[in-house]
Amino acid sequence: MRQLKINLPECDGGRDCGHECEEACAAKVFKLDGRSGAALHIEALADGRSAAILCDQCGDCVTVCPADALKRNKLGVVMIDKKLCVGCYMCIGFCEKEAFERNPKWLEPYKCTACGICVKACPHSALEIVDVPVPAPRII
Amino acid sequence: MTPNQAAPALSPCTVDYSQRTEYHEGLEAIRAAHRVLREVRFSPSLPDKGYNNRTLYVNLGTREVLEKPVTQLMKDLFVGGRGFGLWHLWHAVTPATRWNDPENEIIIAPGPVAGITQYPGSGKSLVVAISPQTDIPIDSNVGGYFGPLLKFSGFDALELQGKSDRDVILFIDGQKGIIRVEEAPLEPVDSHVLAEILTRMYAEDEADRSNISVVCTGAAAEHSLIGMLNFTWWDKRRGCIRLKQAGRGGIGTVFRDKKIRALVCRGPVVKADMNHPVDFETLAKTGIKLHKELRTLDDSQCKMRRNGTAHIVEIMDAYDLLPTHNFQFGSHPDTHKIASYVWEARCSQMTSDGCWYGCSMGCAKGADGLVLKTGPYKGHMVTVDGPEYENAAGLGSNAGVFDPDYLLELNFYCDTYGICTITYGTLAAFTMECYQRGILNKERTGGLDLTWGNAEADLEMMHQMARGEGFGLIAGQGVHKMKTIFAANGWGDAQLLQDIGMENKGLEYSQYLSKESLAQQGGYALTNKGPQHDEAWVIFMDMVNKQLPTFEDKAEALYYFPLFRTWFGLLGFCKLPWNDIAPADNGSTSEPAKIPEHVQNYLDLFTATTGMKIDRETMLLQSARVYNFQRIFNIRMGKGLRANDLPPYRSVGPVTREEYESRAERYDKQMLEEIGVDPAGKPVAEKIAITREYRMARYSKLCDAVYQRRGWTPDGVPTMARLAELGLDVLPEVVEIVQAHGG
Repeated sequence: MRQLKINLPECDGGRDCGHECEEACAAKVFKLDGRSGAALHIEALADGRSAAILCDQCGDCVTVCPADALKRNKLGVVMIDKKLCVGCYMCIGFCEKEAFERNPKWLEPYKCTACGICVKACPHSALEIVDVPVPAPRII
Repeated sequence: MTPNQAAPALSPCTVDYSQRTEYHEGLEAIRAAHRVLREVRFSPSLPDKGYNNRTLYVNLGTREVLEKPVTQLMKDLFVGGRGFGLWHLWHAVTPATRWNDPENEIIIAPGPVAGITQYPGSGKSLVVAISPQTDIPIDSNVGGYFGPLLKFSGFDALELQGKSDRDVILFIDGQKGIIRVEEAPLEPVDSHVLAEILTRMYAEDEADRSNISVVCTGAAAEHSLIGMLNFTWWDKRRGCIRLKQAGRGGIGTVFRDKKIRALVCRGPVVKADMNHPVDFETLAKTGIKLHKELRTLDDSQCKMRRNGTAHIVEIMDAYDLLPTHNFQFGSHPDTHKIASYVWEARCSQMTSDGCWYGCSMGCAKGADGLVLKTGPYKGHMVTVDGPEYENAAGLGSNAGVFDPDYLLELNFYCDTYGICTITYGTLAAFTMECYQRGILNKERTGGLDLTWGNAEADLEMMHQMARGEGFGLIAGQGVHKMKTIFAANGWGDAQLLQDIGMENKGLEYSQYLSKESLAQQGGYALTNKGPQHDEAWVIFMDMVNKQLPTFEDKAEALYYFPLFRTWFGLLGFCKLPWNDIAPADNGSTSEPAKIPEHVQNYLDLFTATTGMKIDRETMLLQSARVYNFQRIFNIRMGKGLRANDLPPYRSVGPVTREEYESRAERYDKQMLEEIGVDPAGKPVAEKIAITREYRMARYSKLCDAVYQRRGWTPDGVPTMARLAELGLDVLPEVVEIVQAHGG
């Protein structure tokens, strides 16, 4: 399956780059202003390192969704079907990576689709799309 | 097995759903036999701030269909849900009305917050009727999609009155704006078959099945007084309907007496904001907060997501609270065979099990792949709801049944036959004790060998109930009437039958052994509808945690908790997400038993939905109006006084020698330390009598304290001062009843 991966030692935590990956994700994928609307989040830590919140397509949200609105596509990426979504936000609450997003303007939540726009935007080549096996569903 | 011992490893449930028995082959023939008896058009609407401001009235006898306005007085005094139900019922009946009179109503009302999808446990319907078992109002809080879909079709409540002359289905199409009464002559009777067929029949395509909810009952509801109603939802993953039950008090019996085969609601496609709340953001944030609590804490707290309420089976056993052999004892060596880890392994775990969208507590577990051994569906593979704790205890330990397969089968047949699992559990346990004591024997039961744990005889009694024959017909009358029948036949001593027959006001006890908790004795017998734990479950606070040492403490708990818990039923909430999960820091709050943070959540949800700002005091006031109104309703119907709050002695103390001797050390110690009598050298019969006199006097003292705290007279009548405090003195009929009874 396609998965967004970050090589944290290469990431500067947005110190110099101005969070270009997040800006690109928010603007180009979700048409939102500001990096808070992105489906990934990069943070500069006080000790000089960087931290990231990324969806790894683990599929926990697929298991908990009561409306069956989350499914893997052909590439293994977890996609949300907005027609089926009832806006319960269990996917947000049950995401251990805190990677499921919500914008107050929309009823439906959203998430990383492993589209790679952030990869292209990153000036440090810290992000990549990798192909990894789909993990077995787990009891949540 | 104590709560701290590790559970043995059991293989997880893996079931091939495609092997489950399918039931929809005859659908087209069944549909072809339908005949429209009445069709009415209406304008579908969505609620505004939680209210549609109209209710739907259907008379099954005259086929009259009416829209009624929701008045400001209804909202101010009764809020919604159970409050609306009781208000409608009050106006429908007279003091002379009995359950099978045409004017008796079944009212289904979801409440103003019901239907939000963000907060766990927010899809409940409240069902109200005059009960065939108690002759007073019964109320039942039930999941499934019917209530929310009814609301999103345009109605805050559904009133059903009158009696049809033939079997009918009431169909409410909230997408097209059609209400139809259809003659339904060929429908199957039992719920797991009927609901599958109707869901497919009324859905326009496969995707539409999620928008359908069916209310129905089963064969045993027609031949007993203990019928219940199943409320369904379509389980997409399993590809079958699921059932939740409005169980207590025989509402399913009333339903069939009106010749309603089913109610079917087809609502619109559900979205996040269909209640049109004033502050959606607060709903979203509050819901996500609780989802996170459940994700991080449920495994170390109640494991509701794994086991549902059955997580407490072994805990109850360890504390001597698990009803065993008709509440004689509180534990059993075989409890491990029906403990929570057994159900965790039997229930499918890799799915979503809420009975309404957004319930991340997900306690509506499904035991898939049960192959039935008895009855009309012998050999069928079915999915069974639960078992919930009440079912594991009531159908299991209380009857001495410790075989998980048989317990699931009893659970399945209760559900599909449309009878209350709690009621059936307690009445079956009663018949088995009568059998043990020679009050019943094979001749009197028509050949049923009702020895403890004989699950096949237990099931056969239930099948008889469904077929309307044999001893099952007598058992289906419930414990209250069985006591009279057995005594009248000269089969047993009337006092012994009274002592061991676990009912109060005509309703069977639910499944907690209250002998060692005075507060819980009151929690049961001082209820409005009859002994059901949903009003006041204080047994742990009182007996285990010792948080209620004085009469005043107990009275305060029996003031606060019944009112607080009533509130769930006014709004359309489930009680479980209130205290079957607690914030990590709950223990350090000033009142951990009340779960203050979650109480605040509820206040926030109410305000965010309706726009009405309330605090904890107003919350209790809202409940107190409805609670006291229901008490006065009971008085109006001929009960509701102190005499009706008297419990059977089995719920208060040891009735028999075996019970006393099973805990002789405990009872002797209490006699010495609490009663001040030295038990040494006294025969058991004398010690039982001394204990009884002491405990009944103590119960009476509790009544005094509780009545005083609730603002009631010593006879249990709300006073005029209390009525004025609550604003109920604007209702002349209510005032008249109170004054006539010295309130």
